[in-house]
Amino acid sequence: MLHLKGRDKMKSLFLWLIKTFKDEFLFLPGKFIGFLVCIFLFILPLLNNEPHIMRIFIMTFIFAIFAASWDLLSGFLGQMSLGHALFFGVAAYTSAMLNMYLEWEPLLTIPLGAVAAVLMGLIVGVPALRLRGPYLSLATLAFPIILLGIVYIFRDITGGELGIYGLSRLGSTMFQEYYITLILMVTLGLVMWKITDSKVGIIFHAIREDEIAVRASGINTTKYKLLAFSLSGFFAGIAGGLSVHFIRIAGPSTLELMTSFQPIIWTIFGGIVTIYGAIAGTLILYPLMEFLRVVPELRMLIFAGSVLVILRFMPEGLIVWLLDKLERECPRCKVKNIFTRTTCRICLANLK
Amino acid sequence: MQILVNGLIHGGVYALLAVGFSLIFGVARIINLTYTALYMVAAFIIYALSQIAGLNPLLSIIVTVILVSFLGMFSYQIFIHPIREHATTVLITTVAMAMIFQELLLIFFGGHFRGLPSLVSGYYVLMGVRVPNQYFLTFIVVLIILGAVWLLLMKTKLGIAIRSVALDREVANLVGMNTSRIASITMLITSFMAAVAGVIVAPIFTIEPHMWLQPIVIILAIVVMGGLGSIKGSFIAAFIIAFAEISVVFLVPMGSFLKGAVSLTVMIIVLLIKPEGLFGVTFEGER
Repeated sequence: MLHLKGRDKMKSLFLWLIKTFKDEFLFLPGKFIGFLVCIFLFILPLLNNEPHIMRIFIMTFIFAIFAASWDLLSGFLGQMSLGHALFFGVAAYTSAMLNMYLEWEPLLTIPLGAVAAVLMGLIVGVPALRLRGPYLSLATLAFPIILLGIVYIFRDITGGELGIYGLSRLGSTMFQEYYITLILMVTLGLVMWKITDSKVGIIFHAIREDEIAVRASGINTTKYKLLAFSLSGFFAGIAGGLSVHFIRIAGPSTLELMTSFQPIIWTIFGGIVTIYGAIAGTLILYPLMEFLRVVPELRMLIFAGSVLVILRFMPEGLIVWLLDKLERECPRCKVKNIFTRTTCRICLANLK
Repeated sequence: MQILVNGLIHGGVYALLAVGFSLIFGVARIINLTYTALYMVAAFIIYALSQIAGLNPLLSIIVTVILVSFLGMFSYQIFIHPIREHATTVLITTVAMAMIFQELLLIFFGGHFRGLPSLVSGYYVLMGVRVPNQYFLTFIVVLIILGAVWLLLMKTKLGIAIRSVALDREVANLVGMNTSRIASITMLITSFMAAVAGVIVAPIFTIEPHMWLQPIVIILAIVVMGGLGSIKGSFIAAFIIAFAEISVVFLVPMGSFLKGAVSLTVMIIVLLIKPEGLFGVTFEGER
């Protein structure tokens, strides 16, 4: 009996998967493209296993997690953090030190680094609760720079400018590392997307729009803000830990101003408050930046110029703009439709 | 004594930059990270004009200041004004613009450090410390410019308009002010201040294409500490931060590593005690 029940459950889950696949992924251009990109990334190493290309993509996946974690905190909760490098750097140094001095495995040091980042998120979160808007953004900007000063002072532990090097590898081959980071990016991306889609996510949206109203409806905003800080810190910490075990150096560059700004640029380029926008933005911009190495002098110029021009005409981000063109929401039943349809695919309402 | 002199000079330059930054935040509600890039551009243009083209220093100062002021205003009108509703996008646009300036300067001038000879030579011995005349000139220019901006804001019709837009944009619009034009004018004024700051520090500091990054952090700290939009607050906070920074560099061993960290710690302590900064206004209406 129990066995049958389990099988029924499996069957219904399987049917549900097929149904969602058929209804959502095949009929919506946005999801279909996302699906194709996923498939492409999964078979890419089979088509081309040049180490250089794989290296670029592994870093892209790690940074995509980082950018999405920024979007979770700053996009959804509206707590603009200009110092996200803090989480990345704390996790990076924690994993590196655990690996270097205690010789623990990456499997253990990466989660512990993420936990350290969560603790840091709580430490930052407490003063942040008192600050609003631009004050918060600029205060968060300060933390990684303060930590950078401390790293330089204790140079015999942290290695100063050189950092800690010679860490153990993430996987034994490049191939393994590629799939570890890809699968982590996809799962963590989906987890973050689910979180923001859940009840918690709705409260995050509400806090961004009007915090006083949320408090007036009896919701403890302090709790949710701290939750967002620790969640975001956790995901950013995983990215930090992955990156040090991949490049095998934990240096002061993990705490620099540019490390804080990069995820912001990627996320806003793709589309803020979406999670998928952050991931897509990173998947476009990071490889672009690397392939532009063929023209080293003009690299940053082309990068900044394209960001400037695209944001000038699509201020909400490239992916959001694209989805807006490709998909249309039915005014009656709120179901998404492809742009070529004139009537809704569910309720046949006129899509004008 | 050395601390006092250096503190006053740094404080003056920071004050000039921070007041402009604070002004543009108050009026247009944008965090303009291109701001110190303009200051760097000014330093480079004056270098190019006086050293490479060989123009008269005074003439090149005037040309530089005018060029950079209009550069600031037009970049605002072309790239920021159309998207000003999206606060985060504006932030990234300003970062992108600063990066573009940095890269252009790297392409045209290369990455080495440069210096500019002082405008006035000689020095004056004050209580046992040699103070170059250039320092006096710098300090006097800073005071004159800040005084002029203060007069403009407090006494003229334009100043009243700027302050009212900063206070409440919508009401200012309702009583018939062209708020976007006022924002552009404010951008012109603040770019002018950045340009002056760039011109006067050119002989004192080294000129290189990354010189915008270090001051931007300090200025953010100053502006936040003084209270966003408060000009008096920025002025006072600039000197507090400058003195804190210079004392650490002179008194603590290995202090130059802690330079940025100390000023930011001071800022965080102030914010913890008073979340809206020293003289900040709380934006209750904006929530």
